[in-house]
Amino acid sequence: MSGGAPAKITVGFIPLLDCACIVAALEQGFARGEGLELALVRETSWANIRDRLIIGHFDAAHLLGPMAVAATLGIGHLQVPVIAPFALGLGGNAITVSNALWQAMRKAGATLGGHPRLQGSALAQVIRARSQADARSARGEESPLTFGMVYPFSCHNYELRYWLAAVGIDPDRDVRLVVIPPPFLVDAMRAGQIDGFCVGEPWNSVAVAAGVGTIVTPTTAIWPHSPEKVLGCRASWAQENGPKLDALVRALYRAAVWCEDPANHADLAHMLAAPRYIGAPAELLHAALANALPLAPGAAPTMLTDFYVSARHHATFPWVSHAMWFHAQMIRWGQIQPAPAHAPAVRDTYRPDIYRRALAPLHVDVPAHDMKAERFFDDSVFEPAVDYDL
Amino acid sequence: MGEPSLRILLVDQNAARAAILEEGLREAGLRDITIVRETQGLLRRIVDLDPDVIFIDLENPHRDVLEQMFQVSRTVRRPIAMFVDQADTETIRAAIESGVGAYVVDGLRKERVKTILDTAVGHFNMFNRMRDELERVQRQLEDRKLIERAKGILMKERALSESDAYAMLRKAAMNENRRIVDIARSIVSTMGLPK
Repeated sequence: MSGGAPAKITVGFIPLLDCACIVAALEQGFARGEGLELALVRETSWANIRDRLIIGHFDAAHLLGPMAVAATLGIGHLQVPVIAPFALGLGGNAITVSNALWQAMRKAGATLGGHPRLQGSALAQVIRARSQADARSARGEESPLTFGMVYPFSCHNYELRYWLAAVGIDPDRDVRLVVIPPPFLVDAMRAGQIDGFCVGEPWNSVAVAAGVGTIVTPTTAIWPHSPEKVLGCRASWAQENGPKLDALVRALYRAAVWCEDPANHADLAHMLAAPRYIGAPAELLHAALANALPLAPGAAPTMLTDFYVSARHHATFPWVSHAMWFHAQMIRWGQIQPAPAHAPAVRDTYRPDIYRRALAPLHVDVPAHDMKAERFFDDSVFEPAVDYDL
Repeated sequence: MGEPSLRILLVDQNAARAAILEEGLREAGLRDITIVRETQGLLRRIVDLDPDVIFIDLENPHRDVLEQMFQVSRTVRRPIAMFVDQADTETIRAAIESGVGAYVVDGLRKERVKTILDTAVGHFNMFNRMRDELERVQRQLEDRKLIERAKGILMKERALSESDAYAMLRKAAMNENRRIVDIARSIVSTMGLPK
C-alpha cells in the first residue's frame, strides 16, 4: 500500500502464543510500514471469532486452521467461504496429563519426554486396567478418562485423536473428549474434572508451573512441523481487498521473521504478556518461544526441537495438504460425510497463490509446490495425491 | 397456540440481563425457561435439560463448549446447530451485534424460532441501552465528585469562594482547551501526592 492515509484492518485474536505475529506486526511497526493501521480485538471464544469474521466485524482473524475448512464447507453453521492465505507458524501444542494419571502412566512405562509411541502404549495400558477394574466393580459404571481440547474443529482435537487411535485407544469409546476453553483447562485439571488436555502454549506450561500437570508430549512429536493457526478472512473480502490483504501478509511475514529471532524473544514475551494480549507470565511465554519447556513440576527445561516455529521451515506457508488432512480428519471422526464435491472447496480454502503474490516484492524463498507429504510418529504418511481420495 | 411449549436454556453470567430476557420470553408466552449462570459441567446440564433453544451471551468463553454439540455426538440426543439456513444471515448479524449467540435444534418451525430470536435480540439490545445509560450516569456522577473535590482544594489552598474556585476551573479549561473535569482530575491527583 502506498500513499494516502493508512488503510485500516480489524483483526480478531484469541490470547494464545501463536497470536505473536499479529501482535508483533502492530507493535513493531511492520503493519504501519506496509501502510496499514491494524486494530486488534481480543476475543473470548472461537465461535465469536468465526461469527464476527463472517458478519464482517473483523476483516481477518487468528483462526484455527480447520475452522477455515469447516466454515467453507458450512459444517454446523452457515456456509461462508473463508480462506487462509497465511499460516501463523507451526506447532506450539502439547498434551498434558494430571499428576495422578502421569504416575499411573509412569508405572506402565512412560518416561518424561518419551516418544509418543511409548507414552501412548502406557496410556493404553492404564485405560485397559481401568476398564477391567470397572468391569469387576459391582456398579459396573463407566468412568472413562476425560481429555479436554479447545474446539471440535481444531488441530488439537485431531492431533489428540490421531495419537490415541494410533496407539490403539478409541477416542470416542475409550476416553471422553470435552471442549474446555484454554484459560479454564488448568483449573478443570486441578479440580479433577479432566485427566488430560491438548492445548497450545502457554497453557501446558501454566499447568506444569502450577504443579498440576505433566507434559506427556509436544504434538510436534506426533506430527513434525504440524500446522496450527492461520490468518483467516472471508473469500469475498480477499477478492475485494487484494492490495490490503497482500500488505497484511507482508507485514505478518516480516513479523514472523522478527518473532523467530532469539534476540527478540525477551521483548516479544514481555509484549505478549500484557493483559490486552495474552495476559500470562512473560517467563512462561519466553520459554515456549525458546522451545525449552519444563515438562514436569520442578523439572529442568527440556529442549523440544521445532516446538513452536514462527518463520523457518516455511512455517508461514499455507500448505494445501494441511487443509486436505483436516478434511480427512473431519470425515474420519464423523464430523462430515465424504463427498467428492467438497474436495475443490477444501483445496481452495488454503491460498498459496495469494501468499506468493503478496511476498513477490520481498524476493524471499517460497515453496514451489502447494502440497507436500505429511509424516507422522507412527511412520504413516499422508500423501495428498493418493490419500485424499474421496 | 396448540403447540407444545419449547424448552429454553439461557446461559448468562449476568443476572440482570438474564432476568430481562426471561421476562421478555415469558411475555411472549414461553414458560419453560431455565437460566444457568454456573458454566461448570455445562454440556452435561444441556444433555439433561434437552432444550429446544439455547441462548448464550457472547462474553462467555464457554460458548465453545456449546459448539461441541455441532458434532455427531453420542451424548446429545438431537442435533443442535446455530443456524443452517443461508437466509438467516441477517438474524445472525442482529444476534451477534446485540451480544447473544443462539442455538436451535433441527426441525423447529422457522417462524416460531424467528419470533423467539427477535425477542432475545430485542431484550439484549434493551439491556445494552440500559447499561450504556447507567455507565453514562455513573461517569457524570464521578465527574461531578471530582469537580467538587477540586473546588474544595482550591477553596482551601487559595482561600477562594466556591463560585470563584469554579470560575477558576472553567477559565483554565477554556484556556487549555480541555474539559473542566480533566482540569479537576489533574488538580486532585497533584494535590493527592505527599509534599
